[in-house]
Amino acid sequence: MTIAGAWYLGLAAVLFSIGALGLLIRRNVLVMFMCVELMLNAANLTFVTFARMMNDIGGQVLVFFVLVVAAAEVVVGLGIVVAIFRRRANATADDLHLMKG
Amino acid sequence: MLNLLNGVIIAPLAATHASWSDIGTFAVAAAVVLAGAIGVVIARNPVHAALMLVMTLFGIAVLFVLQRADFLAAVQVIVYAGAIVVLFLFVIMFLGVDKTESVRAEPLRGQRPLAAGLVALGLAGVLILGLVSHWTTGKASVAGAANGPGSNVFKLGRSVFTTYLFPFEITSALLVIAVVGAVVLARRPPSTGSDGPDAIGATDTAGATGAIDATGETLDAAGDITDPTTETIDEEVAP
Repeated sequence: MTIAGAWYLGLAAVLFSIGALGLLIRRNVLVMFMCVELMLNAANLTFVTFARMMNDIGGQVLVFFVLVVAAAEVVVGLGIVVAIFRRRANATADDLHLMKG
Repeated sequence: MLNLLNGVIIAPLAATHASWSDIGTFAVAAAVVLAGAIGVVIARNPVHAALMLVMTLFGIAVLFVLQRADFLAAVQVIVYAGAIVVLFLFVIMFLGVDKTESVRAEPLRGQRPLAAGLVALGLAGVLILGLVSHWTTGKASVAGAANGPGSNVFKLGRSVFTTYLFPFEITSALLVIAVVGAVVLARRPPSTGSDGPDAIGATDTAGATGAIDATGETLDAAGDITDPTTETIDEEVAP
């Protein structure tokens, strides 16, 4: 028999918290993107765990779609980062206040 | 509390009779995942953060294998570690931003302790609720059985191409939109001069390719000069 699902869920919660903390305290845009990936991976781990606990393949299919969305998000996000860095070098998230009212 | 902990966490683990190899694999993979995640957050250099992210992704893939999600583990390694992290590293190297960030600098006073406190509060809330509350779930095996005999790829593929066929088609549209958006975003803006096909067509009357290149360069330089202008305007507008 395998490990109880609660362990995986607890690990996913901790991983999501670390990702959220990094997103809040880091200022480099690229590292903030990596923290978003951490949070997405925590959600994926939760989906797979529930797929096993409830004996339902739908959770794994959803992870498949989350992977596609993550890939699309990274492509568009990095495109935005490249466009920003072309305009002003060495930008952190604090320097991007062009739309401030 | 200790009694609760014993009843909720230790007892199910003992009750499932998890083999020691499973427990050891889970412990090692969980340690790798958490170490990589903490490394992503505290690494000063973005390249180190990306490599720590690879570590976390491999740990997650091991946890997928441990839960009989073989196909997703392979996709995790191929797509995440093979494509997304390489894209991250490519952008880091391409922009030349692999400088160390001053982690100590804190523009917003008290923002980091506040963020840490909020995250800790949320995590504690989720964990305590998971321990003390009752779990209510819906019907199991709606989209088909995940466990049991048969290969994981077969079950996943049959579900994707029957039950989830329409979302699967939608993802193709999403990918096309993302590719077009990336091309539009990464293109050099027309005002700052361009070496794209449009600009070459526009300056075709100039004649030789060298002249076109020179024009492109001067336009580029002018575009660079306009940047400080917007900066000063921005400074003036900001109080």
